[in-house]
Formats: sequence, C-alpha cells, structure tokens
Amino acid sequence: MTVVRHELRQGRLSFLIWTGAIGFLLSVCIFLFPEMKGEMDGVGELFSSMGSFTAAFGMDKISFGTLIGYYAIECGNVLGLGGAFFAALCAADVLAKEEKDRTAEFLLTHPVSRGRVVTEKLIAVFLQITALNLVIYALSLGSMALIGEEIPWGEVNLLHLAYYILQLELSGICFGISAFLRKGSAGIGLGIAAITYFLNLIANITESAGFLSYVTPFGYCGGADIVSSGSLDGVKVAVGVLIGAAGIAAAYGKYLKKDIR
Amino acid sequence: MEAIRTDRLTKSYGKARGITELELSVGEGEFFGFIGPNGAGKSTTIRTLLGLIRPTSGSARVLGRDIVKENQAILRQTGYLPSEAVFHPGMRVGEILKFSADLRRRDCAAEAKRLCERLRLDPAAKADELSFGNRKKVGIVCALQSEPPLLILDEPTGGLDPLMQREFFDILRERSAKGATVFLSSHILSEVQRNCTRAAVIREGKIIACGSVEDLAKSSARRVSVLGRVDLSGLEGIRDLKEGDGTASFLYSGDMSRLLSRLAEGDVRDLSVSEPDLEEIFLHYYGKEDGLS
Repeated sequence: MTVVRHELRQGRLSFLIWTGAIGFLLSVCIFLFPEMKGEMDGVGELFSSMGSFTAAFGMDKISFGTLIGYYAIECGNVLGLGGAFFAALCAADVLAKEEKDRTAEFLLTHPVSRGRVVTEKLIAVFLQITALNLVIYALSLGSMALIGEEIPWGEVNLLHLAYYILQLELSGICFGISAFLRKGSAGIGLGIAAITYFLNLIANITESAGFLSYVTPFGYCGGADIVSSGSLDGVKVAVGVLIGAAGIAAAYGKYLKKDIR
Repeated sequence: MEAIRTDRLTKSYGKARGITELELSVGEGEFFGFIGPNGAGKSTTIRTLLGLIRPTSGSARVLGRDIVKENQAILRQTGYLPSEAVFHPGMRVGEILKFSADLRRRDCAAEAKRLCERLRLDPAAKADELSFGNRKKVGIVCALQSEPPLLILDEPTGGLDPLMQREFFDILRERSAKGATVFLSSHILSEVQRNCTRAAVIREGKIIACGSVEDLAKSSARRVSVLGRVDLSGLEGIRDLKEGDGTASFLYSGDMSRLLSRLAEGDVRDLSVSEPDLEEIFLHYYGKEDGLS
C-alpha cells in the first residue's frame, strides 16, 4: 500500500481544504435553521410558487420549515456540489498528474506494476472521499444536536448515502478520463461535476428532459424525492454504479497499455 | 548471459521517428556507453527497455527477461537514472529515497546514507528547492541505493560539477567491479571514452556502430593537419574541414594514396596525421556537427 500512503500524503492539503470548506458551510447552514424556522411559513409559500425554480430544487415536495426539508434543499446543495467537485477533482487528477508533472518516469521505473498503481490510486481516491463524507456526516449530526433539533436519522442517512454514491460514481467517471489525459485534468473534472449538476436541474424543470436524471448522478440525489419517498431510486443508483464501474474499467484498459511520455 | 539484448527493436510514433530495428547487445558486467546526440533515440531505447513505452515491433530481453512480459522482474533488478530527475512535490530528499526503497520493498537506509554522504546530499533538504544538479544526485541515490545488478543511466552527469562527476564515476566503477552492468547513455563522448569498455553509436534511431571503445577509436578515419597550401577540392572522404591562415585540418577516411599525391603536389611545410579521439570519430560517423554539444 505504498502508493496509497503516498497519494494520501500528496492529497492531504486539498482534502483538508475541501473538507473544512464543505463542513464549515454545512454547519453554518444548520446553525441558521433555528432563526430561519420562524420565518419559513411565508417563505415556504413563496418558494413553492416559483414555477420552474421550485421544481428544479424540489421545493414543491418538502417543507422548508422542517429541519429535514431545509437540510435536504440547502445543505444538500452544499454537500452535493462541494462533494462532487472534490471527488471529480481528486479522481481526474490522480493518474494524469504523473505525466503532467513528469513524475510517471520515476514511479513506473520502480518494480510496481501499472495494475497495482491504478488500484492503489483508486483506493486512495475512495479513501479520501469516504473520509470526507464521514467527517461531514459527523459535523452535520453534531450541528443538528447543538441546535437542539431532533435528528431525522433515516432521511439524513439516506441523503448522505446518496451523495456518497454520487461522489463514487463521479470519481469512477473522472478516474477513467484521467487515464487518457496528460494535462488539463482539473478543468475537465470540475466541468463534468458542473455539467452533471446542471443536467439534473434541466431534468427537473423540463419533463421531456426527464431521462437525463438517469444519466446524471444528481438524478438519484434529489433531496425532496428522497425525503418524500423515504428511499433511493434503485434503478438510477444501479445505472450510476454501472457508469462509474465503466469509468474504472476504462482506466485499467487504457493505463495498463499506455505509452508514458 | 547478456544484460541487454535487442532484436530488431522498433518504436515509431506515427510520422515521428523513434528507433528502427535496433540491434544491441550488452554483456553482463560491462560498462557500456550509448552515444548519440539529442533526439537520436537514446531515451526512446531506454524507455522501451524499461517498459515505459511499448515496442512497435521487434523484441528485447534485459537480464534474460522479455521487456514486455517480464517487466516487473526486470525493474526489480534495475536501477534507473532519468536524464531529468523529477519528483513528487512537497517531499524532502529522505522521504523520496524512502518512497523509492518502499516501492522496491527494500530497506536501503544504510546504503542511502552512505551515498548521500559521498555525494554531499542533505536528506533533510526539500526536493522542490534543490538545484538541477542536486536533484540529479537524488536520482542517483534512488538508482543505486538498492544495489541492483543493472544500472541504466540516461545522461547521468548533467548538472553535476566536475568533482561530483568524478565521485559519481568512482561509485560506478566500484559497482562495476562488484559485477554490476552499467549502461550509460551520453552525448558527452569524453566521459564514455574515459569510463566505458564498449559503446554503441545511435544515429536517427539506428545503431550505426558498436564495439569496444578502443576499436571505435581505431576507425579508418585520421585527423590530418597541414601547414602550407594544398588543393583538396574533389578529394573524397574529407569531413570536418577547417581551413585557416595557411593551415588545413580535416578528418580523412578516403584513399590515402590519393591524399598523399595531392599533398605532394602542394606546398606542405608541416604535416600531422593522428588517430582521432572518440569525439572526432563521432563526427566522422555523423558527418555533421549539429548533434554535438
């Protein structure tokens, strides 16, 4: 696990910054809830009558006045988008950086097979994503306890599980792309995360574009749907897992035979 | 057993030239020089042998093992120094050396310490802040610390000061004396001539000469220097002609009797015919100066 340890050390600063930023924003959102709760009756009506905007964020299905409704919409966006950016950035860079920074020659002239390099780098990405989610999960629950609200365990767990799967799927896609890249990985990773997010907004707004929710991982992360149904959409999750797995398979297929320049 | 054996090894990059039907043989325990100007195919050859790039056709064996199928077994027994040593950011020298040893699943701490002392390399220094020469030293220690039986060194002395170069070659000679094979790629002919027993010359992706350094230096070409006036026009086999104020100096590989006739027809006050050094032989093989530094 030498490469795993090395990758975790290399990605330490980025991990701390992203985890700190997402955790801080999420906690601030939760700490604002008691103050917002009293004002939510009027705001809730306003939010539920904003047409496409309401549909895009699922605000027609849940109440902003409840902790879980507020958390699913507000905090969901912070964790959903922030986590997606971190996962995409982390995975898109992990293989490509060796050629971009010209360190591949050093790494791959040691007796460590390319298969092992790919596997250990993938493990490192998954470990960072898992650690980020555990820290964020703990911070969220801690913040909810601190504001004296009853924790809606089932819904919170489902929401966090959905975002965790989303990040794994995005990281799988970006990991596959990373094997093909020699530079520009960060931009492509962030671009993919942003595009999939907006594809989901389009799918929510336009009925004819509803199929897009099966393509984008944000399709199974709609906080309103999860809270109102009390479950994840199994089909969308399965499609997502397959897409992520295809990305990982592509990474192995390419990197094992790639000419390193 | 041969340490390196290539059989019509070819690597092409589309229209760009790589190496073409390379035939190379390096015996075990040899101190072998691989000579060629920048872009001749030295690094492509090395990168193919180490599995960084896949051959387009042909085959090669390193330490008796196939470079494609048995790459890991080869790398376990090979220390490699790239022409430009680049390391992961934010690491100290000691961490890089430990990382390299860990990748080999070896404890090389004692040998690394010895090498750092000899090369005056501080293990606590931040690699990002090192000069080109000091980064090269880190690469040298990484390549040597596991005491591998084969050392592949690509332009190893770039950035090293003369004292360090001497220390480095002393270390290589010690390793060679213990039986290690040293494969040294260089465009600095004098260092190949001083240190290697055999050498190959690569030009535009093809081996154009291979043999003992002594034999290579015994090419039929001679350095001829003339003081006086002589008409050399139309004489075949002249290269690297330098004419000055009543002097002419050139490498000659043509018919010696024709040269002597021309000299006899001219007004020659002094004449010197000498065996060229490897640098001049190199010019002779290339027929141009543009590859030399």
